[in-house]
Amino acid sequence: MRLTFPRMGNSHIPFKALFASLGAEVVVPPPSTRRTAALGSRHAPEFACFPLKMTLGNFIEAAELGADTAVMAGGVGPCRFGYYAQVQKVILQDLGRDLDLVVLEPPKLGWIHLAHQVSRLTGGRGAGALLRAVRLAWAKCNAVDEIERLARTSRPRQGERGAVTRAENAALDLLDRAESARQVQEALEAGRSLIARTVARRTAEMRVGIVGEIFMVLDGFSNMDLERRLGEMGVEVHRFLTMSGWVRANLLPKRYTPAEEREAVGLARPYLDHFVGGHGLESVGGARLYAREGLDGVIQVMPFTCMPEIVAESVLRTVSGDTGVPILTLSFDEHTAEAGLQTRLEAFVDLLRRRRRGAAGG
Amino acid sequence: MRVYLGIDVGSVSTDVAVIDDDNRLVAGAYLMTRGQPIGAVQEALQAVSDCSQRGMVVCGAGATGSGRYLAAAIMGADAVKNEITAHAVAAIDRVPGVSTVIEIGGQDSKIIIIRDGVVVDFAMNSVCAAGTGSFLDRQAARLGIPIEEFGRVALCSSRPTRIAGRCAVFAESDMVHKQQVGHAVEDIVWGLCQALVRNYLSNVGKGKDIRPPVAFQGGVAANAGMKRGFEEALGYEVVVPEEHKLMGAIGAAILAREACCGKTAFRGFGVTHERFVSRGFECDGCANSCEVTEIHSGGSTLARWGGRCGRWACAKPAVPWRAGSVV
Repeated sequence: MRLTFPRMGNSHIPFKALFASLGAEVVVPPPSTRRTAALGSRHAPEFACFPLKMTLGNFIEAAELGADTAVMAGGVGPCRFGYYAQVQKVILQDLGRDLDLVVLEPPKLGWIHLAHQVSRLTGGRGAGALLRAVRLAWAKCNAVDEIERLARTSRPRQGERGAVTRAENAALDLLDRAESARQVQEALEAGRSLIARTVARRTAEMRVGIVGEIFMVLDGFSNMDLERRLGEMGVEVHRFLTMSGWVRANLLPKRYTPAEEREAVGLARPYLDHFVGGHGLESVGGARLYAREGLDGVIQVMPFTCMPEIVAESVLRTVSGDTGVPILTLSFDEHTAEAGLQTRLEAFVDLLRRRRRGAAGG
Repeated sequence: MRVYLGIDVGSVSTDVAVIDDDNRLVAGAYLMTRGQPIGAVQEALQAVSDCSQRGMVVCGAGATGSGRYLAAAIMGADAVKNEITAHAVAAIDRVPGVSTVIEIGGQDSKIIIIRDGVVVDFAMNSVCAAGTGSFLDRQAARLGIPIEEFGRVALCSSRPTRIAGRCAVFAESDMVHKQQVGHAVEDIVWGLCQALVRNYLSNVGKGKDIRPPVAFQGGVAANAGMKRGFEEALGYEVVVPEEHKLMGAIGAAILAREACCGKTAFRGFGVTHERFVSRGFECDGCANSCEVTEIHSGGSTLARWGGRCGRWACAKPAVPWRAGSVV
């Protein structure tokens, strides 16, 4: 079995660790590029959202490298994502790609089905091997999130443009190569000091919170390096959506859901009292949370035509009026132009900066 | 006299403004970009170059518009700002108490919401370019009306023809249809202006708190039919600033004056005679195939941009980068 999976930000680091320690031959899909987007868009339905197109592109590129089995997440609820694996299966079949899709449905659909799918991937190895693999992957998952968080808070304070991004990449590379939980810890410490060395100032000029659809928020290629662009403009970026947070919220009992995410869902209540799919509730409540924490602004990120986030967007206008926090909505797909994004971001940061100056009495 | 120069390099037009310490316009020019931004920047600078003979010293320069990085590389700039900020700054200076800015340029349109002299919200057209200058230009040409006359023709109508305004392509085919069933040209032109105003208000202005005073600027503000369309739709007067065509450049000049500290980065009017060569190539470093652009002059690379990674970062960027600065 030559196993692959879709890319989403840096999730390939824990995924690779998980499957490799289960003894599978892992084919990591090449980093997402314009070619990935072009392949996915060409073969996907035009009105499907960008995550379907990108992950389909990942599967095709991995198949070119010899992958024969792919793991894809399923899902339930109003978001179309739950249906994507089935659509991709058919598209890959039509393309003549011999790629067997193993769909992991969320445990609320039944542990037995999930256990059966997982056993296909473990090749009949025992629970001990599975536990060891999960522990290594979980350590990497948390470490990757921590490095990303440090990069988000350090970038606006870096002494030289690009220094944090270089340090972050070096740190992620160390994590990728770690082979045990202890090595992960060592890599994390080394990564921390690499990033700490780039910092030249104590505080960032302003803070902005990012909410939205999780794939687009986490995947730097798909959101055109939004966090890097903001960081280089002097903005400290906050977000509670992370890989480890997703695992806690979706695969573990409710009490393990990250506190901020749980709080956000509660804060959405007066505005939106109904599950709308995806992270719609978290977007609405997250904007209120960030407003309460005194952040300068909020950016909502979504793929073009994303239903849950469009519902959230219309509610966010009221949230912005009530809380006074400026909110910018950005939607992305294969047609998004870099110049338009850059202009909107620069204008938004100018807006926040002038507001801040106005508030300071200047 | 100390003066500050601003330039707005847009997709269709390039405008330049020279202001004094009190933000008063002392020279300005409005030209067509014609797809040649380098030439347009040089021509625009040439048009105001007699400033130096009139005893004025350029103490700061600013660039805005989609060609702002290019303009900054050619002439040297102290402020390089997006066009939303530039237009807002100019409107706040020129229109007392302005609360809303409607700006319609060659290929994009924007709305800027201002409260107490501070921008609080904005939007740009995202899916459709109907109603922008390029579309009006094309329709004027198709109807055989010079673009300068377009607004006046619209004002002659008292019975507008209803035109579908959701999309430029549909609007055009609907206009052709209405012409063929015999509607008068002035009624079609006025109907088109109304359709484009509807399109703007429901796409760009969607969900925005539009309040008077409203400033209408950009090239399309010269069109009296569009002004009347906005006034009928909003129910109150819309202000078209006297210098509406130069507002982007005036904003850039004001921003340059604010950014100025000591020595200006402006390279002087000599750049109008310099030979600049731009070169574009596709990077072969990875499958992203980034389109990288370089500007050369006299054997040295002035600026380079377009790469996703740091590989093509220029040794000497057009604007010196400081931690936390927006370039």
